[in-house]
Amino acid sequence: MNKLKEKAKELLSSRAVQVVVGYEEGTGGKIRPAFVSRPEDADKLLYNADCHHNLALYLYKHETKRIGKMAVVAPPFVLRSILILTTEFQLEEDSLVVLGVTPEEELIEFANFKEIETWVNQHPIGMKEKDREMLNRLNAMSRDERWQFWQNEFSKCIKCFACRGTCPMCSCFRCTVDYNAPQWISVGSHQLGNFDWHLMRAMHLAGRCSVCGQCGEACPMDIPVHLLSFQINEDIFKMFGSRAGLTLKKESLLSTWKSNDVENFIR
Amino acid sequence: MKLIKKEDLPGLYGYLASAGKKIFAPVRKNGMVSFSFTSAFEEIEMSYIQTKLSAKAAAFPKIEKLMKYTIQKEGQSYEPYDVEKFPGIVVWGAHPCDAAAFHPLNAVFTWETHDKYFTRRLENLLIIGLSCTSHDEFCFCTSVGVHPGDTKGSDIQLTPLPGGDYLAEIITTKGEAVAAAVPALFSPAPGLNKEELVTSVEKRFDHEALHAKINGMFDHPVWKEQALRCIGCGACTYVCPICSCFDIQDEGGIFGGLRYRCWDSCGFGHFTIHTSGHNPRESQDTRWRQRLMHKFSYQPQRQEVFGCVGCGRCSRNCPVDMNISEHLTQIMAV
Repeated sequence: MNKLKEKAKELLSSRAVQVVVGYEEGTGGKIRPAFVSRPEDADKLLYNADCHHNLALYLYKHETKRIGKMAVVAPPFVLRSILILTTEFQLEEDSLVVLGVTPEEELIEFANFKEIETWVNQHPIGMKEKDREMLNRLNAMSRDERWQFWQNEFSKCIKCFACRGTCPMCSCFRCTVDYNAPQWISVGSHQLGNFDWHLMRAMHLAGRCSVCGQCGEACPMDIPVHLLSFQINEDIFKMFGSRAGLTLKKESLLSTWKSNDVENFIR
Repeated sequence: MKLIKKEDLPGLYGYLASAGKKIFAPVRKNGMVSFSFTSAFEEIEMSYIQTKLSAKAAAFPKIEKLMKYTIQKEGQSYEPYDVEKFPGIVVWGAHPCDAAAFHPLNAVFTWETHDKYFTRRLENLLIIGLSCTSHDEFCFCTSVGVHPGDTKGSDIQLTPLPGGDYLAEIITTKGEAVAAAVPALFSPAPGLNKEELVTSVEKRFDHEALHAKINGMFDHPVWKEQALRCIGCGACTYVCPICSCFDIQDEGGIFGGLRYRCWDSCGFGHFTIHTSGHNPRESQDTRWRQRLMHKFSYQPQRQEVFGCVGCGRCSRNCPVDMNISEHLTQIMAV
């Protein structure tokens, strides 16, 4: 994507930004996140449909922020994540230049976050077909069959927390599982502890997930953990009619009280 | 040098199983090959490049019960799990990297304290190694002092022959005891050059030179550069055959529970956090530096072992392609 490389070079040479967070070719045919600080290195930046990491993750890490002002290469799921993080006070507009990239490999230079909000509302993103199929299959199962499915999947879990590490919305400085007085969630890999971890994380992401699927992608044991959040997203859409990452309003779906909140669970 | 015919290999499995051993071998399940306790020879996959998880769980399980405790009015009681009850395990079909890895792993668990749980499991372990006839781009054993036909750590080493038979080298007294128990399975080997049967892994760097260089690099800016994309998970640590950090947890209720140890990772943000709140490794680059210096500087200095066997699992499984041999090559070049 030449326009992207040119823009990155321009931003770095003019010192408008000190680092461009994007994608580059890795080893073994993989693509990986890239951090470019020198204009001459901008040539390694690329964008195509294989670019899957959610780069919004790096934008609030102090290790990236200490470099200086950042530009980020942002496919649609990253744009949604940027909005979610902004509503949660994790990102500030002034510290960031957002270079939107589309599936058609076009470059969009967003002048401000309001433009991002407009764009994402005009360009909804859905699940990948194979994820949609898997969810349909899971929903068609009986409760017992679904329980068995997840028991089998979680038996593989080694509690490496790659799912947490790769998720931009897992931004807590100290995760629930890192507390030990009390130890809310088991750290060891056993059946109950594995369920605890994954269900807790799915609940904490309810209403906040940008449907990037990176948690499932990152899992070294190939557990489709992203399906948990995808399903909750669908449930939330049915119940509340909303999806995450489409607004700049500093409100949280599940944590902001409204007088017209549905309370039909109180009997 | 002996020969085991293809049709005799199940007999070796059968003998070990009937001797009460639990056989930990590469099994294909859920689309990946990983070490699993097996109940039949047919479950084993002998031709694999690398398993998902290493074989270290045979001596250092991902979760291990240490003791039960009860809390009563009269006081507390503790019941340690009896290490004498640990079954004998056979690690079947470990590539040279995995077999060699038990030595540096043992160095950690016997360094100052003799860890009875680990050492007892290791004493009861029999390792049947499997030379490598192929490799992929993530393998780099020859850069860290191991090679595809290496017998370090194996009690019996098998090398696949083109027809399906195996060369068998009996390495240790444990291996000799097995061969003596089922002599019919072992026939004299034809004069074959093992070098020609195993794959060849190109050396990327010299491990002694790496150790000498990395010793002086604590304050080098390269760590900040390399660690930018690291997400601080434990994937590399947990798939590694040598990483040995663990956490100890008590889980139970008011009147008692269970103490266990489980894998931990120095990559996690809070691995080194103090009770005071101070964290000596507050940024990911200090944690990345720790990983590499522990393996290539501190362990060689303190324990006289190398903390890496070049199996490549960390690099294959890292969600952001922290390819260790690429990083090490870069370190040699700066």
